[in-house]
Amino acid sequence: MRILFKTSYDDDINLFKHNHHRFWYILLFVALLCLPFLISDYMVGEFTNVLIWALAGMGLMILVGQTGQASLGHAAFLAIGCYSNVILQSNFGLPFVISFPLAGLISGLAGVLLAIPTTRLHGIYLAIATLAASIIIEDIIVLAEPITGGVSGLYAPDINLFGYSINRYVDPSAFYWLTLGVVLIIVLFYKNLLRSPLGRAFAAVRDSEISAQAMGINVARTKAVSFGISTAITGLAGALMGHFAGIFTNETFNVIISITLLLMIVVGGVGSIHGAFFGAIIVAFLPQLLSFFRDWIGNTFELGSIVIPGLESAVFGCILIFFILFEPMGIYGMWLKLRTWFELFPFYRRDMFRRQKSYLKTERMR
Amino acid sequence: MADLQLIMSGLANGCIYGLIALGFVLIYKATEAVNFAQGDMMMLGAFIALGFTNSDRMDLPFWLAVPMSILLMGCFGYLLDRIIIRRMFGQSQVSVVILTIALGFVLRFAAGTIWGHEPQSLESPFAGRDVSFGGVVLGLDEVVVIFTTVLLTIGFYFFFNNTKLGVAMQASSQNQLAAYYMGIPVKRIQSLIWAVSGMMAAIAGILFASKGSIDPGVGLVGIKAFAAAVIGGMGSLPGALLGGIIIGLVEPFAARYVAAGYSQVAPYLLLFLVLVFRPHGILAQIHRKKV
Repeated sequence: MRILFKTSYDDDINLFKHNHHRFWYILLFVALLCLPFLISDYMVGEFTNVLIWALAGMGLMILVGQTGQASLGHAAFLAIGCYSNVILQSNFGLPFVISFPLAGLISGLAGVLLAIPTTRLHGIYLAIATLAASIIIEDIIVLAEPITGGVSGLYAPDINLFGYSINRYVDPSAFYWLTLGVVLIIVLFYKNLLRSPLGRAFAAVRDSEISAQAMGINVARTKAVSFGISTAITGLAGALMGHFAGIFTNETFNVIISITLLLMIVVGGVGSIHGAFFGAIIVAFLPQLLSFFRDWIGNTFELGSIVIPGLESAVFGCILIFFILFEPMGIYGMWLKLRTWFELFPFYRRDMFRRQKSYLKTERMR
Repeated sequence: MADLQLIMSGLANGCIYGLIALGFVLIYKATEAVNFAQGDMMMLGAFIALGFTNSDRMDLPFWLAVPMSILLMGCFGYLLDRIIIRRMFGQSQVSVVILTIALGFVLRFAAGTIWGHEPQSLESPFAGRDVSFGGVVLGLDEVVVIFTTVLLTIGFYFFFNNTKLGVAMQASSQNQLAAYYMGIPVKRIQSLIWAVSGMMAAIAGILFASKGSIDPGVGLVGIKAFAAAVIGGMGSLPGALLGGIIIGLVEPFAARYVAAGYSQVAPYLLLFLVLVFRPHGILAQIHRKKV
């Protein structure tokens, strides 16, 4: 059991709560840095995929977990980030160092543009409006064929980083390190955002718009800023996703991806950075795990290869139903309970994380 | 004349959307939850009816299969609430939405595994027969769809406004705690409305499957139906029908008069515009919340 003795006001908002905390995170980072030396090129690619999904998840997490606005349309911003990054490189000849942040900026601006008319909407209405926007943007990609290549798609060029060329197939480790670097910067940005006045404003809007307004927060502007930051990070993830996939079309970023992204952060644990990573691990490794089990069952019982279409999404759906019913805080919630159990060792009680009983009220008048 | 034909077929399509949207609105009106799996429940109802009726399956008479599948879907809706949805009692709307999206994945998989992924059509007595009204030729299936939808909407409208149970349902959604104080068995009422909306899904599914073919992915029509419910104003029964008809009419006209590629965006563009200018739908029921 550890007792924290606070000696300054900064103790409440420091990035690391104590030295052990710092030690474990630095160790994790070093382990991630060394990863390409320990595993095969194929697995490095898979881990890169996890990091990219986690990046997109963090983008959505700022909106859903921090500001409490549901979005079912974030695949559109993955698409905007991806297309603008590649178009800036291929058509305008900009280097990756400029086109990449610019892609984030463009999708952030697109997010603000979407936010301006939709900030009046709540909960489910916002979700359906973003869903509609996502479908519209998917069609715009098809229609803007001269620049986006329409249904035949675009090829992502090799990344040119200060004269050093990175291709994900030729040099998977370099692409992995690049992604890791971007993820690290975004995690630090996210962490710092949470302890800034803006981050507090996000939390206030999430918990009660009326009290946030009473505290002098401009709710509409806060929501729009949250949309902008969220979609900018998602756009960065989209740009990396384009380089990772090599070739992409409008189908790469359809509505199902939006839904998967939202479900992913719910499984991981809404409202925590860890949740984005846990969810990304599930989304990226579930297909591998399932095909492994399928082969194993097929070989053990001599059934040959079994093909069950739609199995992945069904298993994912079951996992999600389980989490929403029994562990609404997601995988991060499980981890939190486990950690608390060890930290408080003999004193942990089952009721510690009990959900408060709540009742719904409507906003309708009839 | 061609336009009149378009209007009639759009009306029939719109009524199907309206029928699914009615299922959304019923659940929303009585439990404050939004069931994103409504389209998949419709698909399930259609497949159950198909499994009873079609000659290569159980080959039961159509008029026996219809009540059986409606009843079965009613039981399904009831059990769904008892086993899964009830645990979410009092939780926020968005978590119920996510839960039902996941449920839709599972239902789609189950239907695909049981009935296969190829498009199939229901052998119904309406299919392939025509009725003509003063020069406009309509399929019998379309007439049945329009008739059923209008009848059900009117029926539910009076049910919610004029019967004790309907008012109790509205009360239990408007304020769960207050409804408890008034002696309304809120949880039992919620199970009941899930059963009713399961039955609605079965009716919509049977009508949809006799108009065209179905496959497990057809539940995605639910998104369009949901758009219909939102355009009409979530929580308003006539609104659901109105929204459904608007979407049903916009689609064929956009396909005819707007360049290809732009036309399929039309329903979503309409949805987006309605949300921007009338955030709570055409027949809005939400007013500004006062503290």
